[in-house]
Amino acid sequence: MQVELTVNGEQRSDDVEPRLLLVHYLREVCGLRAANIGCDTTSCGACTVLLNGESVKSCTVLAAQATGQDVVTAEGLAAAGELHPVQAAFRAEHGLQCGFCTPGMVMAAVSLLRENPSPTEEQVREGLEGNLCRCTGYHNIIRAVLAASGQAEVTA
Amino acid sequence: MSILGTRVLRTEDPRFLTTGGVYTEDLTDEALDGACHVFFVRSPIAHARIGRVDLSAALAAPGVIAAFSGADLADLPAIEPMMAGMLNAKMTRRLLAIDKVRFVGDPVAVVVTEDPYQGEDAVELVDVDYDPLPAVVDFDDALSNETILFEDAGTNVVVEFGNAGSLKPELFDGCEVVVSHTFGNQRVAPAPMESRAAAAVWGEDGRLTTWIPNQGAQSARDDLAKMLDVEASQVRVITPDVGGAFGAKFGADPEHAVVAWVARQLGRPARWTETRFENLISMTHGRGQRHTIMIGGSRDGDVLGYRLEIIQDGGAYPRIGAVLPFLTIMMATGPYSIPNAEAIGTSVVTTTTPIGAYRGAGRPEATAALERALDLFAAEIGMDPADVRRRNLLPPFTEPHQTAFGALYDSGDYAAALDKALEAAGYADLRAEQASRRASGGTVQMGIGVSCYVEITGGGDESGAPQENATVEVHPDGTATILTGTSPHGQGHSTAWAMIASEELGIPVENFTVRWGDTDLIPVGGGTGGSRSLQQGGAAVQQASKELIELARERAAAALEASAADLQFDPGRSAFAVAGDPDASVRLADLAKDERLFVHSIFTAPGATFPFGTHVAVAEVDTETGKAVLRRVITVDDAGLVLNPLLAEGQRHGGIAQGAAQALLEEVVYDADGNPLTASFADYPIVSATELPSFELASMETPTSYNPLGVKGIGEAGTIGATPAVQSAIIDAVAHLGVRHVEMPTTPMRVWRALVEASAQGTDSESA
Ligand code: FES
Ligand code: FES
Repeated sequence: MQVELTVNGEQRSDDVEPRLLLVHYLREVCGLRAANIGCDTTSCGACTVLLNGESVKSCTVLAAQATGQDVVTAEGLAAAGELHPVQAAFRAEHGLQCGFCTPGMVMAAVSLLRENPSPTEEQVREGLEGNLCRCTGYHNIIRAVLAASGQAEVTA
Repeated sequence: MSILGTRVLRTEDPRFLTTGGVYTEDLTDEALDGACHVFFVRSPIAHARIGRVDLSAALAAPGVIAAFSGADLADLPAIEPMMAGMLNAKMTRRLLAIDKVRFVGDPVAVVVTEDPYQGEDAVELVDVDYDPLPAVVDFDDALSNETILFEDAGTNVVVEFGNAGSLKPELFDGCEVVVSHTFGNQRVAPAPMESRAAAAVWGEDGRLTTWIPNQGAQSARDDLAKMLDVEASQVRVITPDVGGAFGAKFGADPEHAVVAWVARQLGRPARWTETRFENLISMTHGRGQRHTIMIGGSRDGDVLGYRLEIIQDGGAYPRIGAVLPFLTIMMATGPYSIPNAEAIGTSVVTTTTPIGAYRGAGRPEATAALERALDLFAAEIGMDPADVRRRNLLPPFTEPHQTAFGALYDSGDYAAALDKALEAAGYADLRAEQASRRASGGTVQMGIGVSCYVEITGGGDESGAPQENATVEVHPDGTATILTGTSPHGQGHSTAWAMIASEELGIPVENFTVRWGDTDLIPVGGGTGGSRSLQQGGAAVQQASKELIELARERAAAALEASAADLQFDPGRSAFAVAGDPDASVRLADLAKDERLFVHSIFTAPGATFPFGTHVAVAEVDTETGKAVLRRVITVDDAGLVLNPLLAEGQRHGGIAQGAAQALLEEVVYDADGNPLTASFADYPIVSATELPSFELASMETPTSYNPLGVKGIGEAGTIGATPAVQSAIIDAVAHLGVRHVEMPTTPMRVWRALVEASAQGTDSESA
């Protein structure tokens, strides 16, 4: 079947299997491999992207369901050569180690800050509960999100 | 100003943040064009004889190119346990099981498909006759030898480190108080966010090139060569970005060899990415020990005797896990001076997923046992747990200290770490708050856990001798390349190694390319594990850089027609100048114009180093529900001098979280038939952001003389210190209600039950 959607600002039209997941569509059809697959129970959030500005786990959405919608992945977040403020904060606060959770985590954080521009630490933790990271202990991820919201010092 | 010791941001980050890392599943290398996809058929039964394996229905399924069972790989050698001389060599494994399966997840066959989405259905069509045998899940069942996993071995015991007959009955003579207890150090899943994967292709020259997420390409290459029965020179391992490893990606697994075998058999590239379900049942697990401790001493708090008896669950096939009691025994008395101590261990096989290394590997177990013992002792004599610890810590030392268990501690000041941590935590205030909460009798009580540790890093474990190599090359355009035998998977070596070389060469950090994980480019290397990288790999980079300056000095002398002895190297300009004549100078990069300018160097350390510290945890427990909430973790982790505080703190954070998670909630569970009950992230309670507080890190840097950087390993401190501190805090929160111990993980059910039992006992003794 045909899907028509916008991916990182680019209008696309592709012929896909009806049961193709959005994450596989992005990775294999579009060649956008920042979003990762970390589980088979929609638990990890490594596959998180923005769908019409809101974070979704792209392993829970069919490509077909995204027809007519606007998808943004980590690749599309940065304006030419510049890191998005959330990406820059992740770097400044050392909010990533192996990087596997990172593209999903960043998209979840972007969406969280859009909904709540000045979250408390607890709200950030709750907002990111569905995004697992095995490396950072979350400490610097939380700091990065708070820093991106303009509420925390940039370094410890 | 020196760049060493400063918070340099990671040079690797922009790529990870924008396009994302290139993990094995992301590879688009054209050598892999047209790759087929490998799917494993795994045993659904813990222990069974294999009858007929019928592949025909799977072979007829759409998109299936081929299918193979163990019989097809029978001419490949059986895999002996590592350190076969030490472990029971009869406990061998086949790449695909042939006669028996020994755990749920044991691979018995593979299905190979054209398309990545055709395999899961086809796997279901492989028909295997299983003749079930009793499962062996429990330590005591394993020790009883009633059901034996490896008939040829005649026993389930893999190895014994000492035996009960060697224990001294007089160990506790003269003790006023003796306490004993048996508790578990439960099995947990390393669960890196990236599962295992492989991509393999054989060249026309008969050589294998394979991409594997691993912790050291060189040991992965050697493992693969052995499993495939080819020369190591026939194998090239390339390490793509690795999405976390935590000890579980050291070397190569049977699945990696099978993927390579399939690629050879079919004459086309083959790929494999495991699902999370497969990962949780078939990647090695960690921990899995049971401890029986006995501790004795005087009523005023001197510990005089300590005994530790360990049973290690090795899982179905002995791997590094079976060897872990060796390290647990070596670190048995930790940072304390205990006049009489003994420790023994036995490793057994069970019909469960094999146990391997997991962050800390053997040392968290030693610390957990000892710290639990000290708490029980303190409770028995009614003394503050921090005071008992201070009273028994070894005095500060700068010359190596030999322990009774064969460890040579390089340097340490354990009491200073304890005092620093207690001060940072506000220990006295916490105790006062606890007292007032207890007095008020509310339902939310507060507990404080203190854990002191010393651990071993950079030892001669899987990574071999305490040495590492590095190559540093300066290019004419002012850039430089570092080749290292270490293998980062989140630690930030690209930044750290560049900082070390930059300091010597005066080349900016961003001008370095750091390369690892290609066995053709870097044939020798110990990889990254056992917290060895900076102290050996980093030291090698520094040594190579210094030697490169000396090599360049000769060239500079020729270029400037001066004597080498008269030349000074100015890192600020990255140039040599003649003393007293700064205009007569030549840039380092220019000395690489006519002839390549590089040095290969091997750094050898005199031995392992022993980082140490203290963790303090604060927890709240709801006495009505048993629910524990971790409120604070305060740590002092002294791993010598700190090269980049940003990276060192990141290592501490990650370790603390995993350590706290073991105390609080994580556990791999099997039912009595050996069925895994935690085979997805919906069932395995992997720690998330809501279950942890932010961490409070205090710094302390006692240099080691074992390397010129003065550094020790920091990768595993978190799991070693945090687990006992958190467990202890939770028990302490309800200690006044009569609770002395709660098993890990301290789930609400367990805490609640401990409260009920304590209250029943309290009522009994009141009425007695
Ligand atoms: S892959 Fe884990 S939530 Fe989507
Ligand atoms: S950085 Fe490795 S999983 Fe988050």
